Amino acid sequence: MKAYFSLFRIRMIQGLQYRAVALGSVFTRFCWGFMEILAFSAIHQSGGGFSMTFSQTAAYIWMQQAFIHLYNVIDGDQEIEASVNNGSIAYELARPMDLYGNWMAQCLANRLSPTLLNCLPVLAIALLTPVPYRLSFPGVRATGLFLVSTMLALGVAGAIATLMHITMFYTTSQRGVKIIGRAVMGFFGGGLIPLPYFPEAFQKAVGLLPFASTQSTPLLIYSGSLTGRDVAFAMGLQVFWLAVLTMFGHCAMGRTLKRVVVQGG
Amino acid sequence: MRFYIRLFELNLKSQMQYKFSLFLSCIGQFITAFTSFFSIQFIFMQIDAVDGFTYGQVLLCFAVIMLSFSIGEAIGGGLANFPRMVNTGEFDRMLTRPRNLILQTVIPFFDFTRIGLLAQGAMVLGIAVPRSGVEWTVAKAAVLALMVVCGAVLFFCLFMFQAAFAFFTMNSLDFLNIFTYGARQFGRYPFSVYGKKLLGFLTFCIPLALIQYYPLLYLMDETAHPAYWFVPCLSLLFLLPCRALFKLGIRKYKSAGS
Amino acid sequence: MIEFQNICKTYRVAKRQAGFGNAVKSLFSREYETVRALDDVNFYIADGDIIGYIGPNGAGKSTTVKVMCGILTPDSGTCLVNGKIPWKERASHVKDIGVVFGQRSQLWWDVPVIDSFELLRDMYKIEEKAYRRNLEELTRLLELTELLKTPARNLSLGQRMRCEIAAPLLHDPKVLFLDEPTIGLDAVSKIAVRKFIRKINEEKGTTVVLTTHDMMDIEALTERILLIGHGRILLDGNLEELKQHVSREKKITVKYTGAAPALSAGMKLRESKENQLTVSLDPRVLPVSAAIAAFAAQTELLDVSVTDISAEEVVAALYKEYRI
Repeated sequence: MKAYFSLFRIRMIQGLQYRAVALGSVFTRFCWGFMEILAFSAIHQSGGGFSMTFSQTAAYIWMQQAFIHLYNVIDGDQEIEASVNNGSIAYELARPMDLYGNWMAQCLANRLSPTLLNCLPVLAIALLTPVPYRLSFPGVRATGLFLVSTMLALGVAGAIATLMHITMFYTTSQRGVKIIGRAVMGFFGGGLIPLPYFPEAFQKAVGLLPFASTQSTPLLIYSGSLTGRDVAFAMGLQVFWLAVLTMFGHCAMGRTLKRVVVQGG
Repeated sequence: MRFYIRLFELNLKSQMQYKFSLFLSCIGQFITAFTSFFSIQFIFMQIDAVDGFTYGQVLLCFAVIMLSFSIGEAIGGGLANFPRMVNTGEFDRMLTRPRNLILQTVIPFFDFTRIGLLAQGAMVLGIAVPRSGVEWTVAKAAVLALMVVCGAVLFFCLFMFQAAFAFFTMNSLDFLNIFTYGARQFGRYPFSVYGKKLLGFLTFCIPLALIQYYPLLYLMDETAHPAYWFVPCLSLLFLLPCRALFKLGIRKYKSAGS
Repeated sequence: MIEFQNICKTYRVAKRQAGFGNAVKSLFSREYETVRALDDVNFYIADGDIIGYIGPNGAGKSTTVKVMCGILTPDSGTCLVNGKIPWKERASHVKDIGVVFGQRSQLWWDVPVIDSFELLRDMYKIEEKAYRRNLEELTRLLELTELLKTPARNLSLGQRMRCEIAAPLLHDPKVLFLDEPTIGLDAVSKIAVRKFIRKINEEKGTTVVLTTHDMMDIEALTERILLIGHGRILLDGNLEELKQHVSREKKITVKYTGAAPALSAGMKLRESKENQLTVSLDPRVLPVSAAIAAFAAQTELLDVSVTDISAEEVVAALYKEYRI
């Protein structure tokens, strides 16, 4: 446990080293969110009976930008990828550690540490933007549920990421897998447009998929699009997917390591 | 010239060694473009127009941006490797060769997989052209072609602009992604949707509106002024500051220790 | 011909301190430190010379080479290589030079070496006849025949380095810069590479500037050595002079049978084993021949070896002397 903590601390220090990058990333999040919100503002002004109001959408987008590194599935695990590609994974395999747990822990740390740097400044800016675009506060209860659901989403994101890393043992084509993964995650996870903007039947089906258990569920809880029993159902689904994906990942890792060929000698 | 063609061939040869990877990436690019097409489709299932622009007109915007982005990025996207090359000192090698630095950097990374995006862009254009309500003439078709070509150059410039910063910061400045990947994302809608101030910024600072919003007005017969013909070409002026920044960067180049 | 006059180059480096608090602090204010990589460097290298350029890590070695190659622009001073200012006339300057960075590859990784060579032919606009001639010669001297068809990524380090060294010689450069060309090579490859560099220098009159940490390279190849430390040229001379500068002592090792010989004046005992004796000798007090004669008179000698202080030791002593 202590090892994980100091790993985490080093990450944070590394993150802070690059001032321009840290400030630039906050600025990016702000611009990106604001542009999205402006586009949705124009869409809502054009009428249409959307099941999500404009202020709900704004809240959704701001929170998405603040926690973007946390919900991210595809990017940010360069050291895991490098360890497989350059063969230094051999060291890891020689250690008396569970590789699945190790990777999962790294995945979680890789998502948590940039979020801690990023999230407060972005939230501060989101609360200071002029009124129709401002981030609204849905109350203590919804925020609490949002935080719990976010942690579950982090777990699901990490589990999917770890599964994707396991595919590295089978293919040298990480780029293709990543591009496809990014597209699928973005679309079905509510990254491109929130799921309530999907046609109704489609929306119901997509909501059941594991992808929706990453960013969509917590963001919809915060924005108030999910209420009452729907919240309980969606969070239950998150727990379900987390359990299934970690179990599946664990087995897949075990099977893979039995037939692994480490690259690069 | 022969050298650059050979460099291009060599790159194709290397990439073809990983055929499956190439194939998978193409599919991925196609799916990516497909999902963003659907995100427009879904919105327009519930409304008729955004800011006065119809479904067909928005799709036309989307297709133009996607086509020019995919060309610009196929050529210039390799410049994303530039910060790494500068940081590791790999760029030293380029400097010891008697050829154009930008072409030397760009050609080995030419990304053939963007053909997936290009194909999708062409498909969307095929859907948009008859539905846009534009009365097509030869002149208008030429303007459309200019939009795509100048847009490709502009996107290339933006990648170069971003890469040139590597000389000064030794880090990749991801916030400049707003103007490349962000422009692809937000260029789905005519830029006027984002308000007057942003339109001004995208006209005079980063001239993205010159290849999208203004010529679109001409296509829609909102204005018949012949000057609009020329507007996409104006965006090419952006080449000058980008080139200047790159030159300055080379003078300041520190190389990596060792 | 290479000429360096009053070249200075400084870098600004952000100071970083350990700890989490300092990392946060550095977000807001940052201290900078100016590092003088080159501080008034002057030297002249004539055509056809082989120069060994030595100095510890961070002394300014790479910076000098990079200025000569046109990679870096110095802050002040003038530099002429073959009559051209490298950073001002980059394209025409680099046509006349060849560069090997031992730690980096210039071959295209995924394609056969011959494809890389043909690309270089087009890059430097080498005439077909000259290209054929050079390629044949290099292939013969470096035994490349089999390697040319192999992709660079499948070559061993020694094989690859032979190709790396051939590559910049295809366009007949006047000056060849070699940055650690033997790093990581096995003994056989090292010797082959050194022999080849000698040959190229002798036959084509190519000027060679060699930076290395391997003193065997220096001993085998160079007459003249430039020592750099703290961004300044500290010594400029041939290896023999440097040895004299550090120590004039000779080391004599004798193997003998019978009684152990006694030491004469001017000798100091270094090591004494069974039937073997090592002494250091100051040749100003006692000439080497007299010392050997003295030993021979006392015992039956089986073997005698006389060595200078090694280049390795010279450099270690110099680094110590100049505190670099």
